[in-house]
Amino acid sequence: MDIRIANVRKEFDRFAALHGVSLDIRSGELIALLGPSGSGKTTLLRLIAGLEQPTEGAVYFGDEDASRLDVQERNVGFVFQSYALFKHMTVADNIGFGLTVRPRATRPPAAAIRKRASDLLDLVQLAGLEKRFPSQLSGGQRQRVALARALAIEPRVLLLDEPFGALDAKVRRELRHWLRALHEQTGHTTVFVTHDQEEALELADRVVVMSQGRIEQVGTPDEIYDRPVSSFVFSFIGEACELPVTVSQGQVSFDGSPIDIRAVDIVDGPARLLMRPSGVEVVTARPGGIAGDIVSIRRSGGWRRVELDVGVGRHRIEVELPVDAAAELAGRLHFLPRHWQVFPGA
Amino acid sequence: MPSERRRVELPTSESAAVRMLLIAIAVLFFGLFLVLPLVLVFAEALRGGAAGFVKAIVDPEAQAAIHLTLLIAAISVPANMIFGIAAAWAIAKHDFKGKSFVITLIDLPFSVSPVVAGLVYVLLFGAQGYFGSWLSAHGIEIIFAVPGIVLATIFVTFPFVARELIPLMQEQGTGDEEAALSLGASGFKTFWYVTLPNVKWALLYGVLLCNARAMGEFGAVAVVSGKIRGLTNTMPLHVEILYNEYAFTAAFAVASLLALLALFTLAVKALLEWRYGDQIAAGSGRH
Repeated sequence: MDIRIANVRKEFDRFAALHGVSLDIRSGELIALLGPSGSGKTTLLRLIAGLEQPTEGAVYFGDEDASRLDVQERNVGFVFQSYALFKHMTVADNIGFGLTVRPRATRPPAAAIRKRASDLLDLVQLAGLEKRFPSQLSGGQRQRVALARALAIEPRVLLLDEPFGALDAKVRRELRHWLRALHEQTGHTTVFVTHDQEEALELADRVVVMSQGRIEQVGTPDEIYDRPVSSFVFSFIGEACELPVTVSQGQVSFDGSPIDIRAVDIVDGPARLLMRPSGVEVVTARPGGIAGDIVSIRRSGGWRRVELDVGVGRHRIEVELPVDAAAELAGRLHFLPRHWQVFPGA
Repeated sequence: MPSERRRVELPTSESAAVRMLLIAIAVLFFGLFLVLPLVLVFAEALRGGAAGFVKAIVDPEAQAAIHLTLLIAAISVPANMIFGIAAAWAIAKHDFKGKSFVITLIDLPFSVSPVVAGLVYVLLFGAQGYFGSWLSAHGIEIIFAVPGIVLATIFVTFPFVARELIPLMQEQGTGDEEAALSLGASGFKTFWYVTLPNVKWALLYGVLLCNARAMGEFGAVAVVSGKIRGLTNTMPLHVEILYNEYAFTAAFAVASLLALLALFTLAVKALLEWRYGDQIAAGSGRH
């Protein structure tokens, strides 16, 4: 099921949560809505589900204007952040709920509903837990029951709100791989919300980066990571450190001296140089490099993190160097950014 | 160092003397104000022996009072149950202007004297009241009749169910309902299969308390009932009449029935807590 979000604006009591957002989601795609809290990602997900109505604009499922449909009529599978499992029902009754509440004419027989619940429990690798109550399950198991319940109604689109938010790191990683595998197996068009860039990049076919009610960038994980279109995306998608620079005809200068990187298509004037801490190369002292005074060196996993005070303004930045490269460092460090981008403006 | 060590109290515990004093105060008050009066009610009721007790209960006027009290409860408790669920549903699951005003208004029967509540209905529906002449022209009796007593009782017991449900439903939020709706359930099915089971214990508590108060209400009912023996006399009113006529044994006999009713309500509540404690704790995390 293709989903098209056309110029959707959403206001809550005069506060605009989304400003004219448009997005095309292709059938069978796994899409991540990524952003910090307050970026409007959950609002967008709820608008697709029909749990909120847009103030302006429309949501299309295929060619059908879904904005005219109630949440009950949209046939979406929504997995809530807190799972929202029905506490007083067994796992099987939870999964079968969407079928049990159908009007008599379209309701499958009770035995068929039970069968479907068991099949889905197999699918989410929880076979045999039909008679348990949600309180008797672990967090990861609840998550999978919630997913099975959403899949039971054969939804046109699967929507997940922070699907791994409440789980510990190890379970998170396991479920992430498992969800990816499940997606490939079932082929549902899937949209999930997350504030964890690692999760979004690893899991999604395409990532939608959002900030303050707007879409900053839509692209594959590679595009997002390697070619961020704004300084927000650059610094949100991974670690970043920043230096104020000036650009003149493509030549980037720091503290008035040119450095060995060129920024084409950037208007002349003040600009911001963003670098990945892991994307710097140590060089011998020479013009065109950037120099900084070492403040501290700390071990971090397979790397050493070196804190530097750079330039006249003593800008504090942090770079990541291989363990052996950093061993003989002392005093002053010269480096060149390898993974960087320049954005116009001060 | 010698092995003698100073005994260190836990930070949250008090010395033995303070503990004893606190327990003594609690027990004294409990005995003086709760147990003693309750025992006295039964002692007085049985002073004339079992025969005197039975005679007071089977007295036709006492029987009429018992029937009336049960009838009033049978009408006002379901009415307030429906109202309480509706009010809690509206307040906890929806946002609207003037919500806090409505919440305050629900508490009005608790803050207003029951006598005032009774008088309001007399003013509205009494012979000299606003609708009095219209009602008498159509032969409808409200004041000094059963409808008046029902109205006064409903007014006084108004908040019990709603007050029990609102905080619980607010705490539970709308997540479960949204889940049910997204799975295609209609509004009514969502309410019936999801919302109601989530609050069933709180609802039961509210109904039990509401019922106890409906049967025991005195002030508001005294104003509107007219105390016509055998017709508009409820059990609490009947107790007062007997007492004023120095029929002490009979008064305490009927009073002991009311007390038994209260004890029965508490016993049911305790039984439910004991039997379904896990579910109640899982369902609300509050009781």
